[in-house]
Amino acid sequence: MEDKKSSHLIVRRILAWLAGLWQSLGVPLLAVLLALLIGAIILQISGASPVDAYSALFKGAFGSSKNLGRTLEKATPLIFSGLAVAFAFKAGLFNIGAQGQLLFGALASAFIGFAVKGLPPYIHIPLALFGGAAAGALYAAIPGALKTYTGAHEVITTIMLNYIAINITDYFADGPLKDTSPGNIVARTPAILDSAKIPSIQSIPIGFVLAILIAVGVWWLLWRTTIGFEIRTVGLNPSAARYAGMRVAFTVILTMVLSGFLAGMGGAIETQGVVGRYQPGFNTGLGFDGITIALLGKTHPLGVIPAALLVGAMKAGASQMQFSAGVAKEITDVIQALMLFFVAADMIVRWIFRIRSASEEKVILSGWAQGK
Amino acid sequence: MAENETLALEIRHVTKRFPGVLANDDVNFDLRRGEIHALLGENGAGKTTLMNIVYGLYSPDEGEFLINGKKVEIKGPHDAINYGIGMVHQHFMLVPVFTVTENMILGSEVTSGPSLDLNRARREIIELSEAHGLDVDPDALVEDIPVGVQQRVEILKALYRKARVLVLDEPTAVLTPQEAEDLFQVMHQLTDKGVSIIFITHKLKEVLNVADRITVMRRGRVVGHTTPKESTQSDLASMMVGRDVILQVEKGAAKPRNVVLEIAGLTVEDERSIASVKDVSLQVRSGEVLGIAGVQGNGQTELVEALTGLRAARGEVQLDGQKLPFENPRFGTEHGLAHIPEDRHKHGLVLPYSLADNLVLCTYYQKPFASNLQRNDRAVDRNAVELIERFDVRSPSQYVTAGTLSGGNQQKVIVARELSRPISLLVANQPTRGLDVGSIEYIHNEIISMRDLGVAVLLVSAELDEIMALSDRIAVMYRGEIVTVVDAGQATREKLGLWMAGLHPGNA
Ligand SMILES: Nc1ncnc2c1ncn2[C@@H]1O[C@H](COP(=O)(O)OP(=O)(O)OP(=O)(O)O)[C@@H](O)[C@H]1O
Ligand SMILES: [Mg+2]
Repeated sequence: MEDKKSSHLIVRRILAWLAGLWQSLGVPLLAVLLALLIGAIILQISGASPVDAYSALFKGAFGSSKNLGRTLEKATPLIFSGLAVAFAFKAGLFNIGAQGQLLFGALASAFIGFAVKGLPPYIHIPLALFGGAAAGALYAAIPGALKTYTGAHEVITTIMLNYIAINITDYFADGPLKDTSPGNIVARTPAILDSAKIPSIQSIPIGFVLAILIAVGVWWLLWRTTIGFEIRTVGLNPSAARYAGMRVAFTVILTMVLSGFLAGMGGAIETQGVVGRYQPGFNTGLGFDGITIALLGKTHPLGVIPAALLVGAMKAGASQMQFSAGVAKEITDVIQALMLFFVAADMIVRWIFRIRSASEEKVILSGWAQGK
Repeated sequence: MAENETLALEIRHVTKRFPGVLANDDVNFDLRRGEIHALLGENGAGKTTLMNIVYGLYSPDEGEFLINGKKVEIKGPHDAINYGIGMVHQHFMLVPVFTVTENMILGSEVTSGPSLDLNRARREIIELSEAHGLDVDPDALVEDIPVGVQQRVEILKALYRKARVLVLDEPTAVLTPQEAEDLFQVMHQLTDKGVSIIFITHKLKEVLNVADRITVMRRGRVVGHTTPKESTQSDLASMMVGRDVILQVEKGAAKPRNVVLEIAGLTVEDERSIASVKDVSLQVRSGEVLGIAGVQGNGQTELVEALTGLRAARGEVQLDGQKLPFENPRFGTEHGLAHIPEDRHKHGLVLPYSLADNLVLCTYYQKPFASNLQRNDRAVDRNAVELIERFDVRSPSQYVTAGTLSGGNQQKVIVARELSRPISLLVANQPTRGLDVGSIEYIHNEIISMRDLGVAVLLVSAELDEIMALSDRIAVMYRGEIVTVVDAGQATREKLGLWMAGLHPGNA
């Protein structure tokens, strides 16, 4: 009797858990599916075979261990920028500035990578890495401080700071830090020393492993520490955070700084693991993709990983698709944009697939309460 | 058949389950044309859920509805409005930065061509408000008008959409006694015109005064019907709670000792340097309850927020002989101050958090809930299980979010959190607002036993009954100043009423 009851309970728990999982993963999964479907229609209309194109895309991303390695390599900075956006989101902040923070991270790590000489790799690699992360953190402190001390909204300030970052990093790459080796005419820094390069082990980039570890660390920080509790409380209800004695202003700045730290580290890994120097144009869009990835991953630090892998795979497989199916690479940008559109407008997905949202049942909270 | 024709609304066999909760269990309810039908029940009984179902916000698992004897399907609020059902929620649904007119037509906009015809809407609203004696300024911004008037806007909004059945979910919880009287008049005028009203409240006096019939719910079921003629307050109370409730607070004489809270020359000014609290000085001793009586909006909220660190102020405040800094809520928490805030959704709770997290909202960083920045979930959980049990919070588990609890149970979570740590001063602002009689009895007893343990209690309440039942001394606040402080024994309802209206005790 007891036994039957308890096994019944376990079944119900599992069902409830699955329902919860569907609640949180249903929309992103369906959004991806819808985006691929519309992409297929576009391919069909433009005279290409969607099956050929998608299979080439898949082969290009996962077909060989070398291709897989490239996918992981592409996904690595995306995990960081996705984490940066998702993390800030937890404190109710929309960090559009991951791009700018990432640029500063990439530049700073390149500088440490070529200018600091005579260090062994086990010091030089982390030094450049954390130098890049610190540059991103400092740059993100600006919008954090502007928000707390002047009330300027971070969406506006980070967008503007992105432009400033592009111009400043361009200036350094074409001015004081320009590669002066004979014959170079393009704007770029000198190559970093071998001692600062992040290697791959059997086509698995070490940077990717690091990204996974950091994602787990972010999850731990948010849900297992008091700082994370403060960040989430400030994001969900700043008035209650104040009532509870939390330092709201400090928390906002801290969150921005940590968010910038993540973005900056993404830039550093790109410099040290892939590009090998700072060169304008090589990091374009990585920070902005972070917004798509954070939303696709439901702004959860662990959800960011599959989301980044998906986008990374599309980037890695795009050239193969172009080459063997004769389809313009840009179709992957279209698909990515459609994914963002569908997750952001999740009402549309819910409506198409008739999914009830969890919040729908909670529109009206019982209990008197006055907003003001 | 003849009787059927007089039913404005009939609810048959409605059942609604939420994860872990049977919120409505085979509920039947009928509403006659032109009557005021009170729906009573303890916190979490399922009243709001039932009304949300009628209004199409939730879909029932089972059950059907008849309107004027005809079966109808209600799939969403849109259908409900079409069938002439209007609802004023526990939590108003107005847009603060819109004018009254704009709010009123939201969702049923009057247009001429592609543009809004605000002028016509405005005229219609003026006509409507005159016809029903509901005085409002159609051009005022909603954020600028008092709660009582906002509620009128909600009612007008329902009437504007031609409501014949009006649901009022705890409309008086946030009203001053005068505003409540005005509301009852409006309700009677409406029923005279054939509108039928479902009236939810926890105030038994009001039920006996205004209702034609009464239906009582408990734990999702209808447990009885009665009328004001056949019953008394204590009948209703025991019907709701399922046991006898002692409506009178039993307490011995206070034994005040040392001064715990010393307020000297406290002034609170807003951004435009208009003072809402003017040079207030008060003392609260260990082992006594000081009640602050006053019509809402006379500076009580600001006084409490200044004391609890939520608002900047000038003056001297001492807690247990130590200077209490302003704008530092944590200092209070760490020096024995507990605060039951007035607005539970704004300050008291993080609605998307679990009960367990809400129960450590102020002490999350202390041992045993955390050590060295790392949270200890086991301790947080254990604390929640214990408090839910001790304070009888009705909830399927400690993991559900605070937002899914009924209003009264949300309040119990806050009370449990604040009274469960060692304290020397309790500042309670409207501690029983929205609670059922059983829970009020419980919280009143808790406050008195805190007092008897030597806690100093500063109680703010808009309910004169509550002030008189709990206080040992009563301070009357009017326009930001303390008019007088008297021993509770010397205060009568009449005297307090006069002082609250600003009459100086010297002249009374
Ligand atoms: N959206 C929801 N999700 C889960 N449970 C819910 C939800 N809404 C209500 N409940 C549960 O249903 C029960 C009935 O709640 P309801 O709000 O109807 O009570 P009520 O009678 O209005 O109480 P009160 O007088 O405190 O407002 C409660 O146990 C509550 O926790
Ligand atoms: Mg309710």
